[in-house]
Amino acid sequence: MAQSKPSSGDQPLLQVEDLRVEFRTRRGAATVLNGVDFHIRGGETLCVVGESGCGKSMTALALLRLIPSPPGRISNGRVLFQGEDLLQASEARMRAVRGNRISMIFQEPMTSLNPVFTVGNQIGESLRLHAGLDAAQARTRSIEMLRQVGIPAPEQRVDEYPHQMSGGMRQRVMIAMALACRPDILIADEPTTALDVTVQAQIFDLLRDLQRENGTAVMLITHDMGAVAEMADRVMVMYAGRVIEQGTTEEVLGKPLHPYTQGLIDCLPELGSSQLGQRDDLVEIPGVVPSIWSLGTGCAFRERCKSAMPHCADKVPPLMLTEGGHAAACWLLVETTQEATV
Amino acid sequence: MNKPASPSLSAPVAKPRAAEKPIKVEHPTVEALRMFMRNPSAIIGSVLLGLIVLISIFGPMVYPADPFEIRWAPMTEPFTPDAWLGTDYLGRDVLIGLIYGGRATLLVGAVAALLSVVIGISIGAFAGYYGGRVDAVLMRITEFFQVLPALLFAMVVVSLFSPTLVTVTIAIGIVIWPSTARLTRGEFMKVRGLDFVRAERAIGARNARIMWRVILPNAFPPLVVSATLAVGSAILFEAGLSFLGLGDPNQMSWGLMIGSSRSYLLSSWWAVTFPGAAIFITVLAVSLIGDGLNDALNPKLRER
Repeated sequence: MAQSKPSSGDQPLLQVEDLRVEFRTRRGAATVLNGVDFHIRGGETLCVVGESGCGKSMTALALLRLIPSPPGRISNGRVLFQGEDLLQASEARMRAVRGNRISMIFQEPMTSLNPVFTVGNQIGESLRLHAGLDAAQARTRSIEMLRQVGIPAPEQRVDEYPHQMSGGMRQRVMIAMALACRPDILIADEPTTALDVTVQAQIFDLLRDLQRENGTAVMLITHDMGAVAEMADRVMVMYAGRVIEQGTTEEVLGKPLHPYTQGLIDCLPELGSSQLGQRDDLVEIPGVVPSIWSLGTGCAFRERCKSAMPHCADKVPPLMLTEGGHAAACWLLVETTQEATV
Repeated sequence: MNKPASPSLSAPVAKPRAAEKPIKVEHPTVEALRMFMRNPSAIIGSVLLGLIVLISIFGPMVYPADPFEIRWAPMTEPFTPDAWLGTDYLGRDVLIGLIYGGRATLLVGAVAALLSVVIGISIGAFAGYYGGRVDAVLMRITEFFQVLPALLFAMVVVSLFSPTLVTVTIAIGIVIWPSTARLTRGEFMKVRGLDFVRAERAIGARNARIMWRVILPNAFPPLVVSATLAVGSAILFEAGLSFLGLGDPNQMSWGLMIGSSRSYLLSSWWAVTFPGAAIFITVLAVSLIGDGLNDALNPKLRER
């Protein structure tokens, strides 16, 4: 068993090491991210899954150093983007990265656009900021971007205000904004949560098409396991501020190692599935995510875990690598690997 | 299985409205302007203020005169052929005084309000955007100015320097900015937490841009209303200072007219009443405009 490190030799586009984020509260420092390690390679899609409050969005915000501070603080770790540690970079350097090399789209398309400016103005803004385009060039490029994200009549739409558009269209506009500078990485923080199911599928299709065209790496934060199966090259499962499992989509969804991942997959209803045609009851993971104040010493999932063992309460399991780059943080793994090695 | 709705029922209902035009959506400013133009009291206010401004600008050009000149017999009653609005205790024409005095009053009111808005928005914006210690320091400064009795403070400022139009304007501007600062701070605190501000930061905008290009336009409607009302209170302050003899003595203003004739209130009421009415109407007009703007810019008050 070893700490999770990128298995392949080539340098990943983004390498996050031992990322730790604390929030100062009246009850003391709350550690919301506790030693998060992962990487993203150029052009791939990494899905980050987990329940609300597990640290998915915090991880995304920390990459761009957008954690509200105070009270938040990145207390430890490295975020290596093309070899450069963004946590050590100057604020000016960070601004040059944000929206240009790494951009982000948010959950709420209804409120993520500025109501007093036209969408063209807002798409063009990052181009004016980063690419130094003038207003006319930015407008031309904005129309191009709107067309690329599938908005009909972009020449008219470019001069419209956000309130004239539906939620799905606004999310398309957000994607256009984020991709205007052709970033290397697009972080999508639950981009479809606020949208209709049919629109969700369209947005995912769009993201996949754009990714294929532009070669952008996507970090997709979601709790929709269906989207994970559709979109992801690799999956990272988070729980209570830690990465508890990561690996290729086939590995993680097909052979989940962590009981929590297993639980997430079991929660998913399967349409017209079931080998013998009988309907399984929907399974749920009992309990709720523990408060960060009651984590204690052991594995954070032990209270809800079917396979919990006495020593799960003693020590937090590290992320352990198995073959094929598939890693999980669970003491069950020690037993099986030990059995395998013995 | 039955179809959810029988065709015979749904057919007439589902008939599309023939003349369905694409929904035309106006620019928010255009819409607000249209709402404003529909409001009778706002129109009355605009017309009144427009008239007063026109008279003050063009009156002296049409009828060049010295407002301090003694033209007729002292205390000539109003509505006489020579002096339409009478003369004061020195024989100065009240109507000419009104026409010329309007210039100083309006100028001081507008410039002082502008000054107070600039100070107030700057301080409120920094306090509201940065929060924390910046906010604490700036708000203590604001409170310092707020707890001083305003007129007294303005009097001190004016009497420290020579009373000219410029010092009077500055004194008034310094006295009335705190309310704008507090309003701006509140708006900035509200808007800074909204999603599109976070999104703006995520595309790499710097703080200055976020403050002035992103948050300020969104905080604008209440600030416009407050700026309008600041004009009204600046005019009142100017009148108050002039009344107390702290205005520019070489510059005819409505306050000065009231102040100089106040001892003759019982013998020549017109020398006080007409400039008083001018101040009253002007401030009322400004308030009506402010109210109209508030109705037009505040979507919650707007009737759909």
